[in-house]
Amino acid sequence: MDLEIFWYCLIAVLWSGYFLLEGFDFGVGMLLPFVPRTEGERGAMFESIGPVWDGNEVWLVVAAGATFAAFPAWYATMFSGFYLAFLLLLFFLIVRVVSFEWREKSESPRWRSVWLWANAIGSAGIALVWGIGLANLIHGVPLDSNGDYDGGLVDLFSAYTVFAGITFVLVLAFHGANYLTLRTTGDLYERVRTAARRLAVPAVAVGAAFLIWTVVVAIDRNDKDVFPVVLPAVLGIAALALAAFLVYAGRSGLAFTMTALGTIAAVATLFTGLYPRVMVSSSDFSNSLDVPGAASEHYTLAVMTVVVLIVLPIILVYQSWSYYVFRARVTGEEVRPPTEALARPTNGSPTS
Amino acid sequence: MSPLASTAVDLARIQFATTSIYHFLFVPLTLGLGPLVAIMQTIWHRTGDEAWLRLTRFFGTLFLINFAIGVATGLVQEFEFGMNWSVYSKFVGNVFGAPLAIEGLAAFMLESTFLGLWIFGWNKLSPRLHLATLWIAVVGSWLSGYFILVANSWMQHPVGYKIVDGEAQLTSVWALLSNGFALRAYVHTMLAGLIFGTSVVLGVCCWHFLRRHEVDLFRKAAKLALIVAVPVTLLQLVVGNRFGEAVTSAQGMKIAASEAQWNTCQPCGFSLFQIGGFSVDDQTPKFAIVVPRLLSYMATGSFDGQVEGLNQLQDQEQSQYGAGNYMPNIRVIYWSMRVMAFTGVLMFLVAAVGAWLYWKQKLEHARWFLWTAVAAIAFPYIAATAGWVLTEMGRQPWIVQGLLLTSEANSPSVSTTWIAISLGFFVVLYLLLGILDFVLMRRYARPDRPPTGEELPAPTVTF
Repeated sequence: MDLEIFWYCLIAVLWSGYFLLEGFDFGVGMLLPFVPRTEGERGAMFESIGPVWDGNEVWLVVAAGATFAAFPAWYATMFSGFYLAFLLLLFFLIVRVVSFEWREKSESPRWRSVWLWANAIGSAGIALVWGIGLANLIHGVPLDSNGDYDGGLVDLFSAYTVFAGITFVLVLAFHGANYLTLRTTGDLYERVRTAARRLAVPAVAVGAAFLIWTVVVAIDRNDKDVFPVVLPAVLGIAALALAAFLVYAGRSGLAFTMTALGTIAAVATLFTGLYPRVMVSSSDFSNSLDVPGAASEHYTLAVMTVVVLIVLPIILVYQSWSYYVFRARVTGEEVRPPTEALARPTNGSPTS
Repeated sequence: MSPLASTAVDLARIQFATTSIYHFLFVPLTLGLGPLVAIMQTIWHRTGDEAWLRLTRFFGTLFLINFAIGVATGLVQEFEFGMNWSVYSKFVGNVFGAPLAIEGLAAFMLESTFLGLWIFGWNKLSPRLHLATLWIAVVGSWLSGYFILVANSWMQHPVGYKIVDGEAQLTSVWALLSNGFALRAYVHTMLAGLIFGTSVVLGVCCWHFLRRHEVDLFRKAAKLALIVAVPVTLLQLVVGNRFGEAVTSAQGMKIAASEAQWNTCQPCGFSLFQIGGFSVDDQTPKFAIVVPRLLSYMATGSFDGQVEGLNQLQDQEQSQYGAGNYMPNIRVIYWSMRVMAFTGVLMFLVAAVGAWLYWKQKLEHARWFLWTAVAAIAFPYIAATAGWVLTEMGRQPWIVQGLLLTSEANSPSVSTTWIAISLGFFVVLYLLLGILDFVLMRRYARPDRPPTGEELPAPTVTF
């Protein structure tokens, strides 16, 4: 296969991995202010993603790095063009990353509440901005003849792109609720199931509408035919609908599999609808960036291909293993062993 | 170029300097504290001595507080190339993008996943396997440093490429990965990381000695820190010196600027301190302390070597690249080099004196030294910052040495206002994060009892 196309597909795979894995972490984050009632339950929700979220987030680091290496012009135009949106994104990313580590470091209720909300808002914000950002690739932004962004902040907002952002938020919240039904017990488990049931219908409705709308946008604004874009879209709608059905039927394991599939199908629909372009130009269609125009030279792609073919299977093995290690449901009672509490008042501690 | 455009470049440069210097306050401590904590856990694993388990958890907590902010600020770095420097990104993507992508795939993924396993795996993995997860995470972080420095070194000394249609294309990945500049920079940076780790461990131990808190416990950690610190700080002085030679051959202007050496000399004396002599109009210092022949040795490896001067290099570059000023800011480069080198020597002295006191069994009682070691925690931070200022500002006006000018590399679609907004945003956010990080680190490192009422929670190894 042509290496440029291989890398286009691979970047779609990396985005899929990111939203599939980090997606449920976002979902858990968004539910933090609403589902748990006790400090123990909040701890349990953090613990359910604590060991894995950082590894999941690296899929984004790799997706961005791979775009830089394989499609420098795409990376350059997208990141400089979506400037203020990405600034906002970085804010959400940063406060969320530190919230995981810092929330636990004080028992003050106010401190804990601040970082819980930082995680929740960060999670929702990241999903929202990525939804808007990726939808803009296919919906089109003004590009000049050099392939540079030629618009302002407002050009990123249209009915379709904002709807895409809302869809990412809702679908990933649903995905996260399904994940939690696999990882929690007791009262928390019951409330997580309720949350999943409440989210099911809205998530499926907006998800399906978004996928159909994406097919329309691909035809309308990116000169595509109905086929093959409609295939992943239909698959995604079916997976999400089935997920909702399975949630009501109480089959949470399968429901999680279906929201995972729905997430992958959504990314696949966007990338199928976008090909052979990587950024559609809304001002003059001929200014659009396409795969051959944005791609690196064959040698770079060949080197990167060798690396990816060796490393990606290894990543899949050890990340799967880490999920296997942490497969047990979290209770919120047993947590990590205490660190050395040297800083605490230690009556009669052995000092010399 | 319009004045407004140069403002945009200036703001983008200030932003890159701010975010990358800040990022590098946290990264080297991760690089250095990681292996030290892993050694502590290994000793516990081998000997079963509970003290080492307590030390592992104590310093592990500091390691993780620091790690979180390093990750968060690293994301900014990855985004910033595209956001502020889109012309640069297009120009170098074929070459520079590859090590960045490989870093994520082969190194950072490993580090993040296995650190998660270590943090939460205490009761879930066998002790052996649990220990292995930390070592794998450490290997991941050291690999990560390698790929990042390969990318950075290509900007200092481009190799394995050709220019086609105004873009750099990779011709030899082997040349890229075995770039002599990168290998030297790698050793220099990893040693710096270890110095960060040992300075923090030693400083914290000494703080506890001052308060007579858990002296027996922290004596063990201090010993470990000193055993690592003495050879590493000494080696760093040698490696830093050898690294200077690599810079001389790749970036003559940087060396000439770091010595404020206006005219070619042979042999050349090393200026320890000087007043004046930092601008084209004022090339002769009013006062200077010079060690004869030392610069020749540092720059070329021979006490009789020739070092080219700024004026000669400027003429050469003008005839090669056209009219323009090819000199970096001499005053900044001269002093950043000295701050780095002098703090490097100080760090060696602290380690050596500490080891001697330990040997004489006086370490816990030499209060003057204990205070010094606490204060000396700042030294690696100062030296590393000065080192990066020297490396990056010394390359100016180039963003990629000899290939692309910084003034032509920024994003044309990003207005000055936007960069100003984002700069303000990062300064405020980073200040807040920095204050909170410092407060947390201090809380979890402190030996004294917190006043009742604001009792601290049991520090947990969490994420």
